[in-house]
Amino acid sequence: MIDRGTTASTVKERAQLALNDDFLRKAVKFTTERLRNGKEAAAEQHGNWEEWRERGKQIRLHTIAYLDYYLNLFADNARANGVHVHFAETADEAVKITLAIAEHRGARSVVKSKSMVTEELHLNRALESIGVEAVETDLGEYIIQLAGETPSHIIIPAIHKNRYQIADLLSAEAGEILPPDTAILAGFVRRKLREKFLEADIGMTGCNFAIAETGSMVLFENEGNARMVTTVPKTQITLMGMERIIPSWADLEVMATLLPRSATGQKMTVYMSGITGPKRKHDADGPEEMHIIIVDNGRSLQLGDPEFQELLNCIRCGACLNACPVYRHIGGHAYGGTYSGPIGAVLTPALNGNVAEWDDIANASSLCGACYEACPVKIPLHEMLVYLRRRKVEAGRGSKAESLGMKGFAAVMGGARRYRTALKLAQLGQKLVVRDGGIRMKVGPLKGWSSYRVTPALADRSFRQRWDTLEQEIRSGLSEIDPTVQKRMEQKRQERGQEQGGHGHA
Amino acid sequence: MKVSLFITCLGDALYPRVGEAMARLLARNGVVLDFPRVQTCCGQPAFNSGYWKEARTTARTILEAFEDSDFVISPSGSCTGMIHHYPKLFENEPVWLEKAENLQRKSYEFTQFLVQVMGITDVGASFPFKVTYHPSCHGSRLLGVREEPLELMRNVKGLELVPLPFAEDCCGFGGTFAVKMADISGAMVTEKTDHVLESEAEVLVGLDMACLMNIAGNLRYRGGAVRVIHLAELLEEGVSRHDR
Repeated sequence: MIDRGTTASTVKERAQLALNDDFLRKAVKFTTERLRNGKEAAAEQHGNWEEWRERGKQIRLHTIAYLDYYLNLFADNARANGVHVHFAETADEAVKITLAIAEHRGARSVVKSKSMVTEELHLNRALESIGVEAVETDLGEYIIQLAGETPSHIIIPAIHKNRYQIADLLSAEAGEILPPDTAILAGFVRRKLREKFLEADIGMTGCNFAIAETGSMVLFENEGNARMVTTVPKTQITLMGMERIIPSWADLEVMATLLPRSATGQKMTVYMSGITGPKRKHDADGPEEMHIIIVDNGRSLQLGDPEFQELLNCIRCGACLNACPVYRHIGGHAYGGTYSGPIGAVLTPALNGNVAEWDDIANASSLCGACYEACPVKIPLHEMLVYLRRRKVEAGRGSKAESLGMKGFAAVMGGARRYRTALKLAQLGQKLVVRDGGIRMKVGPLKGWSSYRVTPALADRSFRQRWDTLEQEIRSGLSEIDPTVQKRMEQKRQERGQEQGGHGHA
Repeated sequence: MKVSLFITCLGDALYPRVGEAMARLLARNGVVLDFPRVQTCCGQPAFNSGYWKEARTTARTILEAFEDSDFVISPSGSCTGMIHHYPKLFENEPVWLEKAENLQRKSYEFTQFLVQVMGITDVGASFPFKVTYHPSCHGSRLLGVREEPLELMRNVKGLELVPLPFAEDCCGFGGTFAVKMADISGAMVTEKTDHVLESEAEVLVGLDMACLMNIAGNLRYRGGAVRVIHLAELLEEGVSRHDR
């Protein structure tokens, strides 16, 4: 599904649109910087961030390794609490189940709190097709809905818009000119949504964590809208990816430490709601009927895949987006899928079974590893991006030119003699194109590269051509080695014998 | 003890001056480098693009070159980082896997070797210039080389280290990324050089010539007059300056 109000069909084309959009670039830079700095400060303040990251990773690894067990435990406990639990293997199935509930309840309107999984299912459109109004109640989501767009960030859906653009959108909705003042704009939305909460037949939510030991679902939010969604309407439908599970409330402590800090730099989320079943007799509020729809939609494809199973560890904090230097310049829509940034670049192809349609998305990364460094559960996204590229090549879907180029590369670099000959030829050949020690030609595959850089010429004599002279020079002027340095080096070599793996590799 | 130089293809063909600086600097400290000529390229361009068969072909030249070395040092955190991927690359070839694991254990980026192995943090250099430092992603994030270069620079007399805004952001090189996604890469390197110019440094140093080629290339394209060199060059130049 590539429909972002553009006809651009590749990451490169969509990125081009973003690169030409100064408003977007400025807005994305501004907010990702704020979030990234916030996250770094929060991690620093926490004091034991690396240990907690490791704990987070271990909890997620364990849960996903025993996902079948924890899912069953969760479903059994939720059912015992009076929740209707549904399993949906595909997006279609999840949509059908949702629509059937809406029809059964005779619903005319649905209020939603923020949920990426419902974006993945394109649920709003489906609800509208049966005449049910779906209203997003998260401020950012509401703005995006008015604009007829999709979220461009996992937690800040309208990150690509500035307050002037938002004021225009809200003014059109209000039928009057609203000033670009955040408090006034938020006040308008609050009044508007209050009516929607009161008239809604169904409240629909996503799920940050599902607690297996009690069959509870937990929501993190900052605006209080999710609490309205889960207390006012008579029916609640929660959609969750099948990997949202954690075993226990004790594990939630770790997640509640990692998620808000990673997402926004907050020590705690403003509202954290744990919901265990529908309204009971003595409860003052809450839904009379509660459904949880557990969605697979490509997730189980990752189970048992040693290179990609860790994708299911993701807790959707968006820290990798905020840290990513590519996302910073192109925003989320350029990625073309529901999920954007580094996690989206891996998750989208993975959920879609690595179909050719999503081949190019893994190229939108310089493999700098900022995503891995930012990730609170240490998902090695930078490595997964390479695995995706490899799988594309192995499936025979690499570009002809690149494949030829790589064959040539291996032929030249596969042996020192061929490499030496090629180097000599290139040293001669470059004389035709080098001017003033640099190459500026904008032709062929290097056109793009040369549009931003002067390429240095090859050295007149390579290092290997210089080595004999250099070796003579250094041997003649060699200093005596410091005995303590010598001893230290010996020791390092000895220690290595017992060491596992390399030093310092993250 | 055999300390071998893994020159890297870029270091060999484009920047021999960096290898020369490393060799001279180590000789001043009593270590003669060994240079096995069968080495070519670590294979990273093919590996990162998904062409692992081709990557293995070139990686074998590296595995063979350094089989009997005690230490293998390179002027690139990224190329040394690539050696850390060899065990995965050869996971289905037991004989080569063993060689890969051995090589990984003895491979060091240049400043890592100086500081961690030799225990040298002051090479006795002076370099009276305003310098800023770009910590390349693979060296700092994947190899964990963060403090070593800073410590070496702190001990250079006269060197004024000025902060590089957003230093840890990728320069946009990313190997074939800079060719395939040229405009995104261009936006990234342009932002990087904005920051270099903003730092008002006279000299930009780093530990990876690929990143420095990218940044220097863009600086030259824009007409920015900042000297771009590898830290090994700075130290060697600083020692010969000090000796004079």
